[in-house]
Amino acid sequence: MTAEVDLRQRARRGLDLDPGLTCRVLEAFIRDEIEKFGIQRAVVALSGGIDSAVSCALAARAFGPDRVLAVLMPYRTSNPASRADAETLVDQLGIFSTLIEISASVDGLLGELDDDPSPLRRGNIMARARMIALYDQSEAFGGLVVGTSNKTELLLGYGTQFGDMASAVNPIGDLYKAQVRALAEALDVPVAIREKAPSADLWVGQSDEDELGFDYETADQVLYLLIDEMYAADDLVAGGFDADLVHELQRRVVRSQFKRRLPLIAKLSNRTIDRDFRYPRDWGR
Amino acid sequence: MQDFRLALAQVRPALGDLEHNLALHLDYIDRAVADGADVVVFPEQSLTGYFLSDLVPDVALRRDDPRLEPLRQASRKIDVIFGFVEETSDHRFLPAAGYLHDGEFVHVHHKVYLVTYGLFDEARDLAGGATVRAFDTPFGRQAMLICEDLWHPTTASIAAADGADVIYGLSSSPGRGVAGGTHELGSAETWRAINRLYATLHVGYVVHCNRVGFEDGVNFWGGSEVVGPDGEVVARAPDFEEALVFATMADAPLRRQRTRLPLRRDENVTLNGLEFARIAAQRHWLDDG
Repeated sequence: MTAEVDLRQRARRGLDLDPGLTCRVLEAFIRDEIEKFGIQRAVVALSGGIDSAVSCALAARAFGPDRVLAVLMPYRTSNPASRADAETLVDQLGIFSTLIEISASVDGLLGELDDDPSPLRRGNIMARARMIALYDQSEAFGGLVVGTSNKTELLLGYGTQFGDMASAVNPIGDLYKAQVRALAEALDVPVAIREKAPSADLWVGQSDEDELGFDYETADQVLYLLIDEMYAADDLVAGGFDADLVHELQRRVVRSQFKRRLPLIAKLSNRTIDRDFRYPRDWGR
Repeated sequence: MQDFRLALAQVRPALGDLEHNLALHLDYIDRAVADGADVVVFPEQSLTGYFLSDLVPDVALRRDDPRLEPLRQASRKIDVIFGFVEETSDHRFLPAAGYLHDGEFVHVHHKVYLVTYGLFDEARDLAGGATVRAFDTPFGRQAMLICEDLWHPTTASIAAADGADVIYGLSSSPGRGVAGGTHELGSAETWRAINRLYATLHVGYVVHCNRVGFEDGVNFWGGSEVVGPDGEVVARAPDFEEALVFATMADAPLRRQRTRLPLRRDENVTLNGLEFARIAAQRHWLDDG
């Protein structure tokens, strides 16, 4: 049987989000899953990028602006425009914010190292320093951490485990990058945030798409077809997608699987946590 | 059938908290009684919550469990259809829909089609039922099915052939599919199509009672509805929000539509029985690939 189907068209349609409906589900998700734990506040690491802007905006809708704290955590090489964009969003939403420079703590740690760490290692240290500050603010503000990792980067493993991937609840983890963009527009996220090139901003001039070696639009489509529609890689290649890219994306998903799971526990007993001791997180709630 | 007033209780149960959920039921029952309802229907596993995993043995109940006494008492004022997990005398746990009338179970349906694909893993923790039966109520002959049962069109066909004028579907349906160019959830769209199709083709009432709330990040979308024998929506609850909505279940539309469209009269139950029996006997060639 010949698959007479335009896969790109299929992916575009499959990714075409209903932003109103999605916002409704996600606001309720944040409220419901946090309130169950007797908490009505949220804390979000706000970078100035589109993902954290969307998480912030959703949290503000879920709880009202006076129950949301945005934590801005620049490093000395961070793009000043990122901080300015983050502050614009804070003002627009009317949420609380706090600024915690991570330069001293990151540089302090880097100074203790006896080698010159790669950009990747430096980036991981920054991401984990932010996590420490963020979880401290979670305790101080009395709110749970709302995550900011989207589905594209989670699938690609393009994030730091126990760093920017850490959160209590993640409203955008099932949304591809393009869908986050669509949601950002519906949430009135400032144009400057929506239109700039995505960047982890871990070193000067970093661009996600340059570093990854492909554009998000294509990555979203390939991942959507592989994961959500369960097409085989060969189907995609036959449908006109670049073979090297499809296989590279597939490899990335497999290689980063560990990041999406809890640490492995060596099985010894008859009832091991998360293997045959299987209780829901919302146990009794 | 006898005309009656139905209340759909679109509730948000707590996961694994029987005491809380029982109080929730009694509250909705009181409100349904106050509004003159004859029957109140709750969603699948309304007494226990849905994604139970290892909580199943903690919340499963024997049919004669004293903890059900308040519901039995309430059913002296109003018929109560609710979802729970039933433990059998040989300690199997089955998803169940119970119909309580005047303090007694008139009927219990066990979910036949356990769902173990995608985000579901029921067959690991639960046992499935083995029968689909219509049963007599004070308001006529009715049947209960549970969620995935309705994704197998034969269950509704059996219920209709067995004389059910009203088919209740109790669900804990997770909302999913927010993209693809439609402007409702993919799961809601499919359910509405199913309800409308069964009501139309079986020329009877379909009552779909779905829950709301979240469990471990999964939302349940609500949208409970009653579809009449002509395929028109008689009553519908809002999506995502807790609600108690009422519907008049009347015989007149049933008579009118069955006169116009006598599909049920013409259904060849004998043919179905013979052909299914033949296919079942021959199925070994399917199982062996």
